[in-house]
Amino acid sequence: MAMEITQFLLAAQSADANIRNEAEANLRQLQQQNLPGFLLSLSVELVNNEKPTESRRLAGIMLKNSLDAKDATTKEDLAKQWLAIDISYKSQVKDLLLRTLASPVPEARHTSAQVIAKIASIEIPQKQWPELIRSLLNNMTQQDSLAALKQATLETLGYVCEEISHQDLVQDEVNAVLTAVVQGMNLAEHSAEVRLAATRALYNALDFALTNFQNEMERNYIMKVVCETAKSKEVEIRQAAFECLVSIASTYYEVLEPYMQTLFELTSNAVKGDEEAVALQAVEFWSSICDEEIELQEFENPETGDSDSPNYHFIEKARSSLVPMLLETLLKQEEDQDQDDSIWNISMAGGTCLGLVARTVGDEVVPLVMPFVEANIVKSDWRCREAATYAFGSVLEGPTIDKLAPLVHAGFDFLLNAMRDENNHVKDTTAWTLSRIFELLHCPATGFSVISPENLQRILTVLLESIKDAPNVAEKVCGAIYYLAQGYEDAGPSSSLLSPYLTSIIAELLRAADRTDVGGSKLRSAAYETLNEVVRCSNITETSQIIAELLPAIMGRLGQTLELQIVSSDDREKQGDLQASLCGVLQVIIQKFSSTDATKSFILQTADQIMVLFLRVFACRSSTVHEEAMLAIGALAYATGPEFAKYMPEFYQYLQMGLQNSEEYQVCAITVGVVGDVCRALDDKVLPFCDGIMSLLLNALSNSQLNRSVKPPILSCFGDIALAIGVHFEKYVPHALQMMQEAAKACAQLDMEDEELIDYGNQLRSSIFEAYSGILQGFKSARAEVMMPYAQHLLQFIELIFKDNHRDENVTKAAVAVMGDLADALGPNTKLLFKDSSFCNDFMSECLRSDDEQLKETAGWTQGMINRVLVS
Amino acid sequence: MAPHDLRRPFKRPAISDQQRRRELSLQRQSQNRRDAQQQARCLASSVLSLQSQYPDPVPELEIEPESQPQQEAGPLTKDLDIRQASKLRGPEVRKWFASQLMLPEWMIDVPDRLSHDWYVFARPAGKRCMVVSSNGTTVSRERNGSILHHFPSALPSGARTKDPSGSAQSYCILDCIFHELDQTYYVIDMVCWRGYSLYDCTAEFRFFWLNSKLAETGACDAPSHYHKFRFSTVPVYDCDQRGLYSAYIESVPYAKDGLLFYNKHAHYQTGNTPLALVWKDEKCSQYVIDTDSKGQVLSQQQVVLELQEDGKLSTSDDPPVIFGCLDGEFIQKSGLQSGSLLKFAIGNGGLSFVDGKLEKSDLNYLGKSNRARMFADSYSKTDFGFMSPAEMLRESICPCELYVSICLDKVIFQYMVRHTPLKFDDLLASVSPSDDEENKPCDVEMVD
Repeated sequence: MAMEITQFLLAAQSADANIRNEAEANLRQLQQQNLPGFLLSLSVELVNNEKPTESRRLAGIMLKNSLDAKDATTKEDLAKQWLAIDISYKSQVKDLLLRTLASPVPEARHTSAQVIAKIASIEIPQKQWPELIRSLLNNMTQQDSLAALKQATLETLGYVCEEISHQDLVQDEVNAVLTAVVQGMNLAEHSAEVRLAATRALYNALDFALTNFQNEMERNYIMKVVCETAKSKEVEIRQAAFECLVSIASTYYEVLEPYMQTLFELTSNAVKGDEEAVALQAVEFWSSICDEEIELQEFENPETGDSDSPNYHFIEKARSSLVPMLLETLLKQEEDQDQDDSIWNISMAGGTCLGLVARTVGDEVVPLVMPFVEANIVKSDWRCREAATYAFGSVLEGPTIDKLAPLVHAGFDFLLNAMRDENNHVKDTTAWTLSRIFELLHCPATGFSVISPENLQRILTVLLESIKDAPNVAEKVCGAIYYLAQGYEDAGPSSSLLSPYLTSIIAELLRAADRTDVGGSKLRSAAYETLNEVVRCSNITETSQIIAELLPAIMGRLGQTLELQIVSSDDREKQGDLQASLCGVLQVIIQKFSSTDATKSFILQTADQIMVLFLRVFACRSSTVHEEAMLAIGALAYATGPEFAKYMPEFYQYLQMGLQNSEEYQVCAITVGVVGDVCRALDDKVLPFCDGIMSLLLNALSNSQLNRSVKPPILSCFGDIALAIGVHFEKYVPHALQMMQEAAKACAQLDMEDEELIDYGNQLRSSIFEAYSGILQGFKSARAEVMMPYAQHLLQFIELIFKDNHRDENVTKAAVAVMGDLADALGPNTKLLFKDSSFCNDFMSECLRSDDEQLKETAGWTQGMINRVLVS
Repeated sequence: MAPHDLRRPFKRPAISDQQRRRELSLQRQSQNRRDAQQQARCLASSVLSLQSQYPDPVPELEIEPESQPQQEAGPLTKDLDIRQASKLRGPEVRKWFASQLMLPEWMIDVPDRLSHDWYVFARPAGKRCMVVSSNGTTVSRERNGSILHHFPSALPSGARTKDPSGSAQSYCILDCIFHELDQTYYVIDMVCWRGYSLYDCTAEFRFFWLNSKLAETGACDAPSHYHKFRFSTVPVYDCDQRGLYSAYIESVPYAKDGLLFYNKHAHYQTGNTPLALVWKDEKCSQYVIDTDSKGQVLSQQQVVLELQEDGKLSTSDDPPVIFGCLDGEFIQKSGLQSGSLLKFAIGNGGLSFVDGKLEKSDLNYLGKSNRARMFADSYSKTDFGFMSPAEMLRESICPCELYVSICLDKVIFQYMVRHTPLKFDDLLASVSPSDDEENKPCDVEMVD
């Protein structure tokens, strides 16, 4: 039965660490000895209004933590643990929690509502708590229910709706929940706290209302109540009602038409006159409508304008009122909004929405915005100049180049001059606008650019001067240089235009990165990232010498980070960030130089020193590997090829460390990629390390804690290893193939309703095929027969996937290739298998009919391989 | 519980480079993986067998003098695929390329089932070469490995243009004849296409692929900035009466140099193969009978043989074919050294055949062959252009009887042309419908 734990709960919050630790240990012990009794005791504590608020609060938190965790695996374990508890305990706990909803102490009610929702999320999908909804609804209909109970009940309903899927409830229950919630919003009957709870509950219940929104009467009623609530006297309730409208805009776009006139008036009043919290939601409503219509346009048939869902063109219809409303918001800037990342205000929301409107309606936005721009750009109030510039920058994406080009040409000089404006905001926004212009209207590769050889010099003079401006301005200037450089990537003869300026661009970017007046690290990382883009997009034949000089400069800086005094964890973090940026630059330089034979030597000459630096960067940390250094090493292995062998003895420990880092799964994923690079670089020289690598990869693969996104790359990596070491892979075949077959089985069990899982399944499939391809090709010349026992399984798996309509292009390509590999490697041995696999012909002809050249080529090759087997 | 975050990206940070670098790395890695697997696929066994299994090398018509490569590939070049080979430099690369073409034998008699198993087409006159497009450029190499042209082309990876499919492995190898007059590469076979090896595919498949793929790339279009030479396919016919007649008689945009016959089932076999045959007469070639450097028909058929240490005369085949021997005294008197290449004319005694095989021949010594010439005849074909008339030591002509242990198709073909040519009518007759009736088992040897 329940134990008396109040003292422990209070002591566990003591200021005295000794008392605290002892109490925590006691609680832990109770929990471990008798979990059901412990949970019951916590519930008893929570329900008891005599107990101190502090002990009840902790009791609630401990209950919640016994049922839910952020980490998915732990969460699953906790759910199993709860389900395993004796039903008599569970019903007592649930009963006590429901009783707590009537507590006069708001905090106890609130905690209880959350815990009930957690239990509901475990039990309702299992149909184990059928009476929950009924008893909650009962609270709402009892005449004598206190407002506090109704408020807590509505809150609970909202949380329950958020936790479970609408498929877990039958329609009658959904209807009853919605009725209770919508009635709770009724002004005449309820107090403000009940109405607020009801409105917030509706927000969570909206996803449940699919059927109700299809029914015109029910929909009209819900919409009427929400719109009325949006005019409540209490600002919090208005805000909550607008939040519902935002959610309705994206969830029920297709039924909104009859309400749009009302909604326009409602939102436009809010934008013009309401509190900012409400006005922000009102703007967000229109942003959400834009999101919907942009998405609809993307899926529209470009010829007929048809799509499965109708596009009502609300934005187009509302544009002449909507755009002026948004332009007005632009003048409500805050003084320091460009310096403070946490600010989100009406002018920012309005400008963002204007950008979305431009993307939605295209050219039509231009005549609505340009008069505002022209009227304000020359005014003496900086707010006007900034708003005008921001409006102009916002509409650059969406309208056609034909429409924009004359405007940009006409305003270009003005913008360049505005980089010398007296106001920081104006310069910030001007630099941002320039970066948008370069991003969207500067593409020499396709033949259009607002930049000509004639004005390039002027542009760069201005940019390289403004990069010395305040950090926020300098950061935006980096963005402008970034897109300026990007435009010249693969731009044929035009790519030479930037080459003469490269030395000074690089010098200024390095200077910006070194600035000491930088508050955060934003400008520094923007400068290095821009440097990366400049290097990536440069014309390698003309600039190799300049980049060759950059290489030692960056190496020097990376060397300096190793000398930094590290006292605090803050210092360590700064060091790590700086190393990340510099390793990033090195990675880009290595990749750039290894792209041509002529420049590869720059890397080969310096590879030893670079590698020493990377190893020292690794050595800065004891337990984790530096992700960026790992990424750069992959590029180095690719560049050096077999020469990389000499670094392996030293590097191997970090490779191991990276493969074992299941918590920072990105690091693990990158390391897996580097294993592939190393295999391709070393070929059979990687053999001495393969036992270790394979066992770590196999471990990682069976580690349920490891983020699943790393698993497909590991399978592909089997193929890389096999291809590198050929017949020596034989000893890994039983293990690797078992994993591959299990992964194949797992593919079949994925939920094919979930788009993310469909994607994941496809990645898994491609990777399984890549693994087979690598192994088959690796064995081809010598021990192909090792794979014979797996041939039939492979063909069956391919057949299964051939018939799966979720299969994407990459899977198809990998599947076709692996069939060819099977025929190629095993030759006449597979004759009967291929003869019996009638699906092959259908698969081949599907691929040969494809529009994808690469796929057709692969299929042709495979066809040749199979034919060779069949005539053998 | 909490409504979704209102904040949207504002003056969206222009750059999120780390993710970009990660993605670019992933892209590079998966591209490299694809390339590596692709390369493994292309290392089809036959590509690498650089030693010719068919020692009977068939000379080709080469009007211009050129140095001849050494035949065997050194150990260095043994295990290379075409991409690695393209990185070789200097003599190595020439050595490698020299051994990569499929060389037809001369048609001395008509193969069985000609109409069933063979294609026929008119061979363009010109320079036989291997065209490789890769890494944004195209290189054509003649049979001796020397570069004919280095040029941009519309072939995949053949020019530095923005080609989305232009992966590093997307190279092509075409077997071509460069026709000077219209500056066109006539593609007579496709060896690799977009990195896929077609070595192991039948001629039937290769020709199908060639015809369906080449035009798609725009390689057959008129020359342009990124496409310096036009490519063209040649009309290939089934070798029935109609096809044979078409190939023989129909006009083509190029000067014909005989007819080529390709066995439909044969794979691309580097070096000489009896599954590709060449035949010519005066009507379909102006070069039926060997000519000198001025294009004049020689009065006598000539052959070049290598003098061995023991005085034996051999062809340059591997293994060498002993043609006969010179007596020691003559060698001494003429100051000849072993390894010298000597030229002989076939005298009036001619060649004697027994059962269609050369048994005995009447050879007259003409003199030393030009030093630049590295190969004995019958492999390299009789390019008399190497020997200026002044060099011919006519006074030392020495008649000698030579015993021939093996007959060389070239020698025989040339001899037959002069004496008992295989006529077009004979070919036509062999594919006559009545011949179709016979139900011979297919005895085509598959090259595998």
